[in-house]
Amino acid sequence: MDRRKFLTGLGAGATALVAAPQALWALTENSASKLINSLVTDINRVIDSGKGENAMFRDFERIFQRYSDTSYIAAYALGVDGRRATSAQKKAFSKAFQGYISRKYGKRFREFIGGKLEVKGVKKVKKWYEVSTIAYLKGQSPFEVTFLVSDRSGRDLFFNMFIEGVNLLLTERTEIGAILDSKKGDIDALIAELQRLS
Amino acid sequence: MPLMLRPIKFVSALILAAFAAGCATQDPVARASGEVFDPYERTNRTIHAFNRGVDRLAFRPASKGYVKIVPAPMVTSFSYFAENLSMPGQMVNALLQGDLRTAGNAFSRFVINSTVGFAGLADPATEFQVPQVDTDFGETLHKWGVGEGAYVELPLLGPSTSRDAVGVAVDFFTNPLGYAEQNTADNITIYAEIVRRMGDRGNYSDTIDSILYESADSYAQSRLIYLQNRRFELGDGEEIQEIDPFELNTEGF
Repeated sequence: MDRRKFLTGLGAGATALVAAPQALWALTENSASKLINSLVTDINRVIDSGKGENAMFRDFERIFQRYSDTSYIAAYALGVDGRRATSAQKKAFSKAFQGYISRKYGKRFREFIGGKLEVKGVKKVKKWYEVSTIAYLKGQSPFEVTFLVSDRSGRDLFFNMFIEGVNLLLTERTEIGAILDSKKGDIDALIAELQRLS
Repeated sequence: MPLMLRPIKFVSALILAAFAAGCATQDPVARASGEVFDPYERTNRTIHAFNRGVDRLAFRPASKGYVKIVPAPMVTSFSYFAENLSMPGQMVNALLQGDLRTAGNAFSRFVINSTVGFAGLADPATEFQVPQVDTDFGETLHKWGVGEGAYVELPLLGPSTSRDAVGVAVDFFTNPLGYAEQNTADNITIYAEIVRRMGDRGNYSDTIDSILYESADSYAQSRLIYLQNRRFELGDGEEIQEIDPFELNTEGF
């Protein structure tokens, strides 16, 4: 292949690569806020169901799997340590992490009983959408919760949330890092600890 | 307290603020990358351990008892009372920030709630649609361009930054209620604030417990949560910094 053809080919390829995401762009303001609305409805349904705590945690885990980009969230939470993890470890971590996070935040959702979350607006940021909502809880001043939604995985899923400016993923990455430090960097021990907590 | 002393204290606090801001500043590149500026980490961790001990042995049980015994509407009333007492100070801060609207709101809240609101025990100002006011001298310093400085954990008061620590001290010594005839007003403000904090500690007990006692590194968690939330309140956070979800390697997860 001569040099010139190669360069033209490369240029065409790059153009196609740049153009493709535009064409495949399925996520819209509408679908982003629809996702969060339906997430909120499902969460409220679990809270109102009056089930026992453990049944509620399992429901939250299912909701988490259905609405969130679990592989992105797990990869982010493990951070640079993910680079030295084997694929079996990655898989086990991802699963243990889902159980851990559902229980941890499921406990929080109890404070949501009698409260509601309202979608206020959607804003496009780079390749994703920020869906801002206001949480109205009993006996508390309303506060801001923002969900970040992308279709990276081929489906519209949320991949992070902010509560009054506090980045949940960053908070969890710090926590996972601290557990890993206390286990002297042993990823298997980290997974076992997450399983114990979930 | 003689009137003359106040301005002197105020000025010395300002000098302290400038000093605190001058002696510890973070490299802007490091901050943009999300790094925490914590040069006093060793001291901070010692204070954190102390604070945690005080919480576990005294503050947590007292607060839990308080919200259990005292009916919820009264807990809320005491919290309104403390908030109302802080309004004159907040008005001064709003004026220092050149924010006349907020200063007016603080003034209206104080006048309405102190009279119609049974000396501040109720909050009719909110029913009259007077917006909430929540400012302090730390925010004033921020508006004046003083940088956040280093992260510090204060004994008994908890997470702060060198800028906000100065803010807390200045707010404490310059509370206009101290100018009132009776000096007891100063003390009432402190007691009311302690009672308000007990109400918060009791009401949000699950959330606070999970940070202080259930996380692997409660110091790092408190630090991160405080800094993010404070920057959010001050509008000091950069645009939400996010790794592009399309760039992270998620293979295998």
